[in-house]
Amino acid sequence: MTDTAPILHMDDVRYRWPGRTSFGLHVPNLTLAPAETVLLLGESGSGKSTLLSLICGTITAQSGRVSVAGTDIAALSAGQRDRFRAEQIGLIFQQFNLLPFASVQDNILLPLQFAPERRRHVADRRAEAARLCHDLGLPDDVMSAGAGTLSVGQQQRVAAARALIGTPPLIIADEPTSSLDAATQATFLELLFGQSRAHGTTVLMVSHDARLSSQFDRVLHMTDIAKAVRGAT
Amino acid sequence: MILRLAYGSLIARALTVGMTILAIALSVALFLGVEKVRTGAKASFADTISGTDLIVGARSGSVQLLLYSVFRIGNATNNLTWESYQDIAARREVDWIVPISLGDSHRQFRVMGTTTEFFDRYKYRSGQSLAVRDGVLMDDLFDTVIGADVATTLGYQIGDPIVVAHGLASFSEHADQPFRVSGILEKTGTPVDRTVIVSLEAIEAIHVDWRGGAQIPGQSTPADVIRQMDLQPQAITAALVGVNSRLQVFGLQRSINEYPEEPLLAILPGVALQELWRIVGIAETALLAVSAMVVVTALIGMMATIFSSLNERRREMAIFRAMGARPRVILGLLVLEATLMAAIGAVLGLGLLYLGLFIGQPMIDSAFGLWLPIEAPTLRELWVLLGVIGAGAIVSLVPALRAYRMSLADGMTVRI
Repeated sequence: MTDTAPILHMDDVRYRWPGRTSFGLHVPNLTLAPAETVLLLGESGSGKSTLLSLICGTITAQSGRVSVAGTDIAALSAGQRDRFRAEQIGLIFQQFNLLPFASVQDNILLPLQFAPERRRHVADRRAEAARLCHDLGLPDDVMSAGAGTLSVGQQQRVAAARALIGTPPLIIADEPTSSLDAATQATFLELLFGQSRAHGTTVLMVSHDARLSSQFDRVLHMTDIAKAVRGAT
Repeated sequence: MILRLAYGSLIARALTVGMTILAIALSVALFLGVEKVRTGAKASFADTISGTDLIVGARSGSVQLLLYSVFRIGNATNNLTWESYQDIAARREVDWIVPISLGDSHRQFRVMGTTTEFFDRYKYRSGQSLAVRDGVLMDDLFDTVIGADVATTLGYQIGDPIVVAHGLASFSEHADQPFRVSGILEKTGTPVDRTVIVSLEAIEAIHVDWRGGAQIPGQSTPADVIRQMDLQPQAITAALVGVNSRLQVFGLQRSINEYPEEPLLAILPGVALQELWRIVGIAETALLAVSAMVVVTALIGMMATIFSSLNERRREMAIFRAMGARPRVILGLLVLEATLMAAIGAVLGLGLLYLGLFIGQPMIDSAFGLWLPIEAPTLRELWVLLGVIGAGAIVSLVPALRAYRMSLADGMTVRI
């Protein structure tokens, strides 16, 4: 771990889904350093999605502290949290990442619409989107194509370009490779890491696939960092 | 860019969106069409009679006098004596005067006795004169000119014989004095279309052998004897009057209303038409209300479409949310979409209206005598369009608020 301030810090965070007393999540401590690539392994139902929602600020913890890039996100208003998420976090989902009716270019540029800071990092949006596409191994004419016409592997790369544009400090990927075959998985991660290292971006990837472990700086297990709380406490 | 995405999303759902827009367009076209017909009907109604300054009859109500003298609805309670008629005709304010004698019928159509001056003086649709489509005006005592509807309904040609019945819906006919169709008028869209016009003398002629509403038994004067008789009427039903100067209308009206020999009534046709329209107008308001309901239905249909699209679009909304869009952006997107749909629908509806007018105008004119002018949308119509668009936006708030709550609850994760 480096000595710079952590990009993500979770301290004694407790969360319970509203209206459901039987399931909650307790994260005693989770810290991510800048430029780290971390794989978080966990079975489905272990609370991965809840954890990611807490980090992204679409849900807020009942107690404890979640800070991203030094900001306590609980201290922000709902609107500020949405803006903060747009500025600080690039997101990649398992699949269906893109708006199928929009062009690849519009999909890549979408987060900049809600993040003025990230927008400032990009001098020429079109050129930057094209560069990312090129660096992620997408064909040159992909920019104007409809996102819905691409293959799943290409769609995930477009999603990666969208997460990377404007260099947010943290990229969160939720099983981005599970819909890809093994060879494409490796290439995808290589390309993603190549871009994130170039800008010192932290990558937190969630997966249930332990075979990917070797490509990451650090591997965490959901069971080690968080406790799924069952029954009323 | 957000606009482009909203547009792209609409295009992606082209079929349902297209249907919704079509429904809105049709309802808007219907609403504007009804509005057009309404104003057209009102204008046509007001144009039923023009160029006539006063209508004179026996004293009754002004609407009643208008109804029987112009619209041939109902009956005169009393007649106007020939002496009174001549007194009025002799006044110096009077430029022209045309007598009208009603009371008999042919089949379901009224028979009107008048002079040939009627064809010059009676004007409709701001100054248009009656025109003869076939044949000529009455030449002989037993000649008749019939309206366009009479000719088409009864299939009459020039030269066909007509037997006039005494009174209305009566079985006693003036069978011994048959008339001959000498002329058929052009369609006017006025009650003239439904009138059988004969000369004033002919009305007298067919009643020569009649006393007190019944034929004198056994008496039947031959036509050539009748032709020798003095057929000056004793009384008429009403008279149309034109004055020399419009300034004299009110003075003449007052003096006729105060005519000492006989209780008379003179009315200004325009004013009486307005009074009558106030009664007839209730139906048009009801029609307008019904078509407004159709617009409301179309908008509710749009609301339903948006509602049903919400589930399939949860992922789209989750993507927006994950990219940092606030829930209110989602709300805005949906309202924007609905407003776009309503706007396209409204404009398309206007287009449909003009297309319909363009195609239907001549047909409506010849079938109903209703002239619908094709002109630039009125301010009122533009307000209607704006209202539809605004209502679309307001209606879409209901599903948009639901999407707002959904996207708050779902966040960026989608559970489908």
